[in-house]
Amino acid sequence: MGIIIGKNTSIIVQGITGTQGSFHTKLMLEYGTKIVAGVTPGKGGTKVHGIPVYDTVEEAQEKHSANASIIFVPAPFAADAALEALENGIRTMVIITEHIPIKDAINLMVNAKQLKATIIGPNTPGIITPEESKLGIMPAHIFKKGTIGMVSRSGTLTYEIAASLTRKGLGQSTCLGLGGDPITGLNFIDALKMFKEDPQTDAVVLIGEIGGNLEELAAEYILKEKYPKPVVTFIAGRSAPPGKRMGHAGAIVMGKAGTAESKIEAFKKAGVKVAEKPSDVAELLT
Amino acid sequence: MKLFEYEAKNILAKYGIPTPKGGLATSSAQAREVASQIKPPFVVKAQVLVAGRGKAGGILFADTIERVEKVANKLLNMQIKGITVKSVWVEEQIQIKRELYFGITTDRFHQSYVAIASSVGGMEIEEVAQQSPEKVIKFPINPQQGFRSFHARQIARKMGYAGAQLSEIGRIFETLYKIGMDYDAELIEMNPLVETVDGKFVAADARIIIDDNALFRHQEYKKRLLEGESELTPEEIEAIKNDLAYVKLDGNIGVIGNGAGLVMATLDTIQYYGGKPADFLDVGGGAPAEKIATALKIVLSDPKVKTLFINILGGITRCDEVAKGILEAKAKVGVTKPMVIRLVGTNEEEGKRILKDAGIHVLESMEEAAQKAVEISKQGGE
Repeated sequence: MGIIIGKNTSIIVQGITGTQGSFHTKLMLEYGTKIVAGVTPGKGGTKVHGIPVYDTVEEAQEKHSANASIIFVPAPFAADAALEALENGIRTMVIITEHIPIKDAINLMVNAKQLKATIIGPNTPGIITPEESKLGIMPAHIFKKGTIGMVSRSGTLTYEIAASLTRKGLGQSTCLGLGGDPITGLNFIDALKMFKEDPQTDAVVLIGEIGGNLEELAAEYILKEKYPKPVVTFIAGRSAPPGKRMGHAGAIVMGKAGTAESKIEAFKKAGVKVAEKPSDVAELLT
Repeated sequence: MKLFEYEAKNILAKYGIPTPKGGLATSSAQAREVASQIKPPFVVKAQVLVAGRGKAGGILFADTIERVEKVANKLLNMQIKGITVKSVWVEEQIQIKRELYFGITTDRFHQSYVAIASSVGGMEIEEVAQQSPEKVIKFPINPQQGFRSFHARQIARKMGYAGAQLSEIGRIFETLYKIGMDYDAELIEMNPLVETVDGKFVAADARIIIDDNALFRHQEYKKRLLEGESELTPEEIEAIKNDLAYVKLDGNIGVIGNGAGLVMATLDTIQYYGGKPADFLDVGGGAPAEKIATALKIVLSDPKVKTLFINILGGITRCDEVAKGILEAKAKVGVTKPMVIRLVGTNEEEGKRILKDAGIHVLESMEEAAQKAVEISKQGGE
């Protein structure tokens, strides 16, 4: 089980012929992900790691009817690639690309919402249901099948915490990266709802960071809904000064908004355990 | 990318939003020249990209042209929050009846732009929202419709305007939205938007932040950021050119890592153990050796750095490349400061071997490495 993807999800890789696209296609295939086709305009008719490449998503869909896609297309064209996938029936997609302009992302999300599509990212490591399927770029060996659902706004920090859970014997149901941009397809509440319905998930690890108010809204949701599964959180950026963007386009404290203190306080009020350091997450789960 | 007040005001004026008559000056003589072409009394404003400029003494008033020259002289080369004032904006003072706020920013939860309006302008809108939330109007903009003139008029009505004033302020709101979209603004605001004693509206201050990810569509500003005057230090510019995310901080532990979240957590962990980070530097994913070497060079250019903490968790980033980069930097820039290295993940064994052969010790846990770095940073006093 796990959320969003599973063993039978069939996938198109958009931007499959690029360095990243090709490299991660290989790793995903090795993990057992069912990749059926790739798309790169101008490279139709070729193959990458045995996977047929098409010029358009339309043609790939005529021949393979995939149900998800993963996008490695460069930022100026990535939102268009996602719209192309939407228009051709894809309703689940992971956008790995970072640096997509906000205006383009907003336009994409409104179209996705209308079609009830699920967009993971942009600027995400993707999603992994350990030992079943991986739609992303995360190093697979640090994950292990289990009962902890993970949702995060960042990549390597998720790996850091996932690896420490795995070392302590705490496997994961699904690990989902929302993405480090200000506008992402899914938010923490969406993920919490999905983990609530997932029978494999017993507890949730929520990894937030400074910027925006999605963590505060998640805390409010947990409190109001009396969320039935334990949640442990870590918030990155306690030491970040205001007005400085910490790498992620979304990670910035402006005035009083988006501080780590505000998020930590909201979670504590909702009865959520807050880890002081990444390595403390595992202890708080047990 | 933050635009200077004068840049923002020039854009607003170009689109037909009334702004006070004025001009930019980089010398007191030039300030005098600008003042001689407009009507007294005047206001002279330091052009710096830091918040709280007014409180720091960066906005001064003058009744006469002579006085403008004097205050401009005082402001130019003054330090405001560590930033040197290189230019001033001289403009006519406006006769204020009421100060308003209007801005457009992004709403992450609703995945849309949101218009924010308030009848209390002139202070930080977040503060108004906290103290008197009933005075702040938040209007999420449907991305498919955009912000239409009737939306603008509805907001104007809520703010208590009617008739000709409603039409005029509505036109200004709608125009600001258009500018925001044209310039890929992640924030655009008029604060205050002044209602003058004779019932007109004037944007007395304006702020625009262009979405960094959309700078490729705004080359003239990108050029100014990288080659002209900007809030960035030479190191920060070097970082942008090399696709590194670098933010200078004021501690003494240089930090390099891969991934924004991990680097932020590294800074937090250093602080948790009582140390002070000197910077935030994210090399991103899959950084080759040269990029790692550039990162080291940038961080070490800060003389305050006493030790270097490199925290790598290799996914797409290969530990052997990182190791090679460290040695390359050592050979080229001559790293003499002690380094604490935590290296795990893809090609970890090879990376560790390369460093071990060069006599560099590598740690496995982030906490252990952070403690070690803090310990070194405190040797020989702060």
